[in-house]
Amino acid sequence: MDQFTINLLFVGGSFALYFGIAFWARAGSTKEFYVAGGGVHPVLNGMATAADWMSAASFISMAGLIAAGGYANSTYLMGWTGGYVLLAMLLAPYLRKFGKFTVPDFIGDRFYSGTARLVAVACLIIASVTYVIGQMTGAGVAFSRFLEVDNNTGLLIAAVVVFFYAVLGGMKGITYTQVAQYVVLIIAYTIPAVFISLQLTDTFIPAVGLFSNHTESGMPLLQKLDEVVRELGFRDYTADVDNKLNMVLFTLSLMIGTAGLPHVIIRFFTVPKVADARWSAGWALVFIALLYLTAPAVASMARLNLLTTIYPSGPTAAPIEYAERPDWVQTWETTGLIKFDDKNGDGRVQFYNDVPAFKDEATARGWAGNELTVNGDILVLANPEIANLPGWVVGLIAAGGLAAALSTAAGLLLAISSAISHDLIKGSINPNISDKGELRVARISMFVAIALATYLGMNPPGFAAQVVALAFGIAAASIFPALMMGIFSKRVNSTGAIAGMLAGLISTLVYIFLFLGWFFIPGTASFANTPDNWWFGVSPLSFGAIGAVINFVVAFTVSSMTAPPPKEIQDLVESVRYPQGAGGAVDH
Amino acid sequence: MSDHNINAEKYWQANLRLILGSLVVWALASYGCAILLRPMLSGIMIGGADLGFWFAQQGSILVFIALTFFYAWRMNKLDEEFGLQE
Repeated sequence: MDQFTINLLFVGGSFALYFGIAFWARAGSTKEFYVAGGGVHPVLNGMATAADWMSAASFISMAGLIAAGGYANSTYLMGWTGGYVLLAMLLAPYLRKFGKFTVPDFIGDRFYSGTARLVAVACLIIASVTYVIGQMTGAGVAFSRFLEVDNNTGLLIAAVVVFFYAVLGGMKGITYTQVAQYVVLIIAYTIPAVFISLQLTDTFIPAVGLFSNHTESGMPLLQKLDEVVRELGFRDYTADVDNKLNMVLFTLSLMIGTAGLPHVIIRFFTVPKVADARWSAGWALVFIALLYLTAPAVASMARLNLLTTIYPSGPTAAPIEYAERPDWVQTWETTGLIKFDDKNGDGRVQFYNDVPAFKDEATARGWAGNELTVNGDILVLANPEIANLPGWVVGLIAAGGLAAALSTAAGLLLAISSAISHDLIKGSINPNISDKGELRVARISMFVAIALATYLGMNPPGFAAQVVALAFGIAAASIFPALMMGIFSKRVNSTGAIAGMLAGLISTLVYIFLFLGWFFIPGTASFANTPDNWWFGVSPLSFGAIGAVINFVVAFTVSSMTAPPPKEIQDLVESVRYPQGAGGAVDH
Repeated sequence: MSDHNINAEKYWQANLRLILGSLVVWALASYGCAILLRPMLSGIMIGGADLGFWFAQQGSILVFIALTFFYAWRMNKLDEEFGLQE
């Protein structure tokens, strides 16, 4: 059987499974559509949350980022998991007790203001739409690489699949599909990692292998890697970073942003009780950690594997001849993700860090510049080929990457459609809409959201990479502080909350626009995006944490100067703090 | 103030203390050991890397898991002690 047929079988098989689940779990009421009827077991919800949260970025790109940055990029590992501690203690149980359907629901009720609700809807839609574009493009790339269709066709297939189970099943269909998608993606991620860990360290648990000895040299794996990269002019893999302030703020922004992303928060509305919401956060973190503990091992091992492939006799000896490169390099060259340019015309592949500090040594070795560029995204996708694993593992990776992208896309689309049908239409425009009517509107808005995401995926705005940072910045600076103050303070009133959200949102947007271009229009940046220009060394990606602080300060200051919230709002705050009397999510 | 309110107030204070304690550990593991205190911990080696590196790539995640489960367990017990469980 050829590779294409194997891939088709794996991807087609997994899709048939998702369709079957969606048909079995179709939604009949708004409660089922928005919160899966509120009856999802906490462990299953943890699994669904893990799939909802782990996107194409976690599955495909994260290991590549860590491989390239080493210790410095540990920020992603800590930032994308530490947010669940905040979610578990500061938001999830109380929002579950509140017992309604959406994030703007809470902000609108707690701050007794239609304006606050609309600001929350706007933040939610900007954050989620920017996020979903990345998922659709990710799915398109996976389709085109593994199923040999063109990118746009791949995107259309992805859109039809998501449409079918998200529109039919709503949150109920999405939840049980995400459980299945989690199983597919974690198996796909783990199997190649186990084989690579066995090959390099004789240890079958990759997370243990990372801190074990490299079998061939007998040295600890990380020291071996440091030694190899140093010989080629790169920074040590484990080297410390100088700008600790920025590292702290970036990690904090990712954590707060994670806790404030609406599509993650609404997953906790689906469990039966407050106690379940607490357990469920723990289970979500366990299931996420299964991938996040493997990722740094994959990163270091794949980097070492890559360098050993290029320099089979060690970094101080001659690299391989281009004509003798392994098959997988050829496969990925055709996708443009690996590029070779024989600058010194010797027919060999010189791969090193082309920086002034390494210039003398490179010239002495007769090198005229780095000749190989490797896109970090291929590390996970090409892992099975690098490790010479059988064809079915490649098929599994294809199905896993698609599961990661589609599960996140579906969660985001549900968050968007419920904000439109529930908060905008039922909440503001037509409060008397029937349950059936609202369900129909929810399905229509889901369809529109999918169509928009597909269109943007086919015609990605030039700033696709930056906008993901925007999603985290917005969630961190606007949504998270508003929710937290709504629960932990009885004094913050509607004026304070609205002023705080706007101050956090606008300051974060302005700081991002200063360096990345106003409204991301190329050439309009006020300063070049380099560490020398950043204020106090704070990168635009790290500003979300400062935006959150601004939000808190403004909200408390304005609230202290205006009247406290009315008695019934203070009673509402009391009621979300105590689990008693939560019951199921109430129909309303 | 009724008995119920006093009871509820105590429960909420206990929750706040628990959150504060947990977040201190949360910050110590990630911002402390993995980032700011890393140079101080560089003498302690674990599997070929220093302790700070281990916390950054593995330790902090394990601490986060332990914290979330500990919090869930303690709070669900507090709910029962104060008679506030569902």
